[in-house]
Amino acid sequence: MKIPEIFEFIRVDERLPHILCPGCGIGSAMNAMVRAIIESGLKNDDVCVVSGIGCSSRIPGYIDADTFHTLHGRAIPSATGVKLAHPELEVIVIAGDGDLLAIGGNHFIHAARRNLDMTVILINNFNYGMTGGQASPTTPQGKYAKTAPYGWTERNFDACAIAQASGAVFVARSTTYHVTHLRTLIKQAIKKKGFALVEVISQCPTLYGRLNRMGDAVKMLEYFRDNTISISQIKDPKEAEGKIVIGVLHDVEAPEYYETYKEIIRRAQAQKHHV
Amino acid sequence: MQLLSGNEATALGALKAGVRFFAGYPITPSTEIAEVMAEELPKVGGIFIQMEDEIASICAVIGAGASGMRAMTATSGPGFSLMQEGIGYAVMAEVPCIIVNVQRGGPATGLPTKVSQADVMAARWGTHGDHPIVALAPYSVLESFELTVKAVEFSLRLRMPVIILSDEIIGHMREVVKLPEEVTIYSPPPLTKSRDEYYHYDDDTNFDAPYAHFGQGYRIHLTGLTHRKDGFPTNDPKIIKWKLDRLLEKITKNREWLHLVDYQDLDSDTVIVSYGSSARSALEAKFEYEQRHNKKIGFLRLITIWPFHYQKLQSLLKNAKRVIVVEMNQGQMTREISRVIKHNAELINVNRYDGELITPEEILAVL
Ligand SMILES: Cc1ncc(C[n+]2csc(CCOP(=O)(O)OP(=O)(O)O)c2C)c(N)n1
Repeated sequence: MKIPEIFEFIRVDERLPHILCPGCGIGSAMNAMVRAIIESGLKNDDVCVVSGIGCSSRIPGYIDADTFHTLHGRAIPSATGVKLAHPELEVIVIAGDGDLLAIGGNHFIHAARRNLDMTVILINNFNYGMTGGQASPTTPQGKYAKTAPYGWTERNFDACAIAQASGAVFVARSTTYHVTHLRTLIKQAIKKKGFALVEVISQCPTLYGRLNRMGDAVKMLEYFRDNTISISQIKDPKEAEGKIVIGVLHDVEAPEYYETYKEIIRRAQAQKHHV
Repeated sequence: MQLLSGNEATALGALKAGVRFFAGYPITPSTEIAEVMAEELPKVGGIFIQMEDEIASICAVIGAGASGMRAMTATSGPGFSLMQEGIGYAVMAEVPCIIVNVQRGGPATGLPTKVSQADVMAARWGTHGDHPIVALAPYSVLESFELTVKAVEFSLRLRMPVIILSDEIIGHMREVVKLPEEVTIYSPPPLTKSRDEYYHYDDDTNFDAPYAHFGQGYRIHLTGLTHRKDGFPTNDPKIIKWKLDRLLEKITKNREWLHLVDYQDLDSDTVIVSYGSSARSALEAKFEYEQRHNKKIGFLRLITIWPFHYQKLQSLLKNAKRVIVVEMNQGQMTREISRVIKHNAELINVNRYDGELITPEEILAVL
C-alpha cells in the first residue's frame, strides 16, 4: 500500500505533530488499523472510531472519519449507542489497558456477552501512559510502576481470556513488532460479525519500559520479537510458558445482537398490526 | 381517556416526541419507564437496550444522541449519581439527550420506594465544572407526558441534555388523562453547509441551528476535552473562555422561553412556592384556606427548575409579604427563593424529608 492512501485517512492539517512520545507503539497500532480499514474496502465515511481517555484513546483525533473521544472507560457503551443508531457504520473502538480493563472492565465483559458487532483494539502497554506510568490491570506481578515503586503486588488480567470467557466471537493478539500480522488480525476482526477483540502488545519506552529497565523502543520491540509464539506453532502448552501467544486465539459463530433485535422489531410490528 | 401512571405517561410522551432509543438500568421508582419503552419501542422500529449499569446507559444514550437519534434514559438517585460524568460530557460535546430522574429519598440507597425532592441541587451541580443545565419538574400525569415532549424539544434546540425531575409520587400515581393525539415536534433546521465549510461548534450554532451527527459524512470529532470550533482539543485560554461562554449562552439567551412557571393570585400577601408532587398539596392548601377564610393565597409553581430565572421570579414575588416554600428536602429550593426575596418578605419553609408527602394540613398550619 502506498503512503498517500494512508493519508486519505489521516487528519493531516493542523492535527500533526501528534502527542505521542518518541518510540511509542501506539502509532504502529494506528498504522495497522488504518491499513486494515483500507484493505477491508472501507471508506472514511463508512467508519466511526471510538475511544475513551488515555494515550491510545487519542488515536481517533487523527483519523479522518466520524470520531468519538468519550469518557475514560466508556468507549464501548458510547460505541454501542452509535452502532445501534447506525448499524451500517463499521464501529471500531480503540482503548488502553486501564481504559478497557479497569474503569471500563464491566462494559468490556458485557459487550462481549451481548455480542453487538464492533471491533475493539486494545493497546496493552502494561501501564497507564497518559497519567504517567501507574500500574494497570495488565501490569505483571513484580513489575515496577509509579504506583508500584516496590513492585506490583497484584496479578494481571489476560484480556483475551476474559473476552473469550465473556462471549466474544473473535479474539486475537499480536504486537507492535508484528505489524503485518497485526493488520491481518484487525482485518479479520472488522470482517467478523459480532464482538471482536484484538489485543496489541505495545511498548511504552518512556514509562513502563524505563521503570522496568527494558531499554529503548527498539530493545522492547526486540523483546516482543524474541518472546512471542504463534498459537499455531504450539504443540505442547509448555512451549508457551513465559511467552506472548499471538494469532487468532478464538473464532466462533454466535447470533449478533442487532440481528437478533431486528427480529424482535419484526415480531413486535407484526403483533401490533394484529391488534 | 386513559388511566395512566406518571411513569407510563413519561414513556408515552417520549415515544410521541420521537424518542427511538432508550438505554437504561432498572431502579425503583423509575423502572416502569424502561418497561414501557422495552415493550413499545420495537413496535415503532426503535431500540431499547438494558445496559450493565447507569454509566453505560447514559453513554449509550449519548452515542445514539450524537448519531442523530432522539435518545433517553430513566433512573433514580443512585443511578443519577452514576450518570453525572456522562451528563457533563453531553453538555461539553453538545449532544441532545433526555435523562429522567424519578426522585426517591437519599443519600446513597436511601429510600427506594419513598418520595423525595432532594435531587434539585444534584440536577444543577451533580456534574463537575461550570455548566448550564435544564431541568423540568412535572406535577401530574398529564404534565409528565407534556414535559417529556418539551424536554425533547428543548434538548434538540439547545444541543444539550435535559433532565426531567419527576418524583416517586408523580411517577407512581395514576390519573385519568386524555393524551393529545398529535404533538408538534421540533427538528433542527437542515444542514446546508458542505463538509469543508462545516464546523461542529461554529459561532452561532449553540442553539436553534443545524448540526451534524455521526453517519452523515461530516467526519465530526466529539470530545469531552475543551475544544475549538472544529471540535479538536485546545489549551488556548481565549478559546477555553469562548467555549464555556458558548455553553452558558444557551441559557442566558433563551431564559424567557425556557422558564416555565404556573401561578395564581400573586397579588396576595402570602404566596406558596412549590413544584412537583409537593405543589399538589400546596394547591390543595390554598383552596382549603380560601374556603375557610374567604381570603386569597398566592400560588407559584416552578415547572422549570433549572435554569432559575431570578429577575422573573423576583418580579412575580414582589408583592408578597410572606413566601412559603413547600418542598420535600431540607430546603434546596428555599435557598434559591431566598435570593429573590430581597425586600422584607418573610420566608417560611415547609419541608419534609422522611419519605412522606407533605400534607395540605401541614401547609395550612403556617398559612
Ligand atoms: C474518571 C477518570 N478517572 C481518571 C482519569 C485519569 N486518566 C486519564 S488516562 C488514564 C489511564 C490511561 O491508561 P490506559 O487506559 O492504559 O491508556 P494509555 O494512556 O496507557 O494508552 C487515567 C487514569 C480520567 N480521565 N477520568
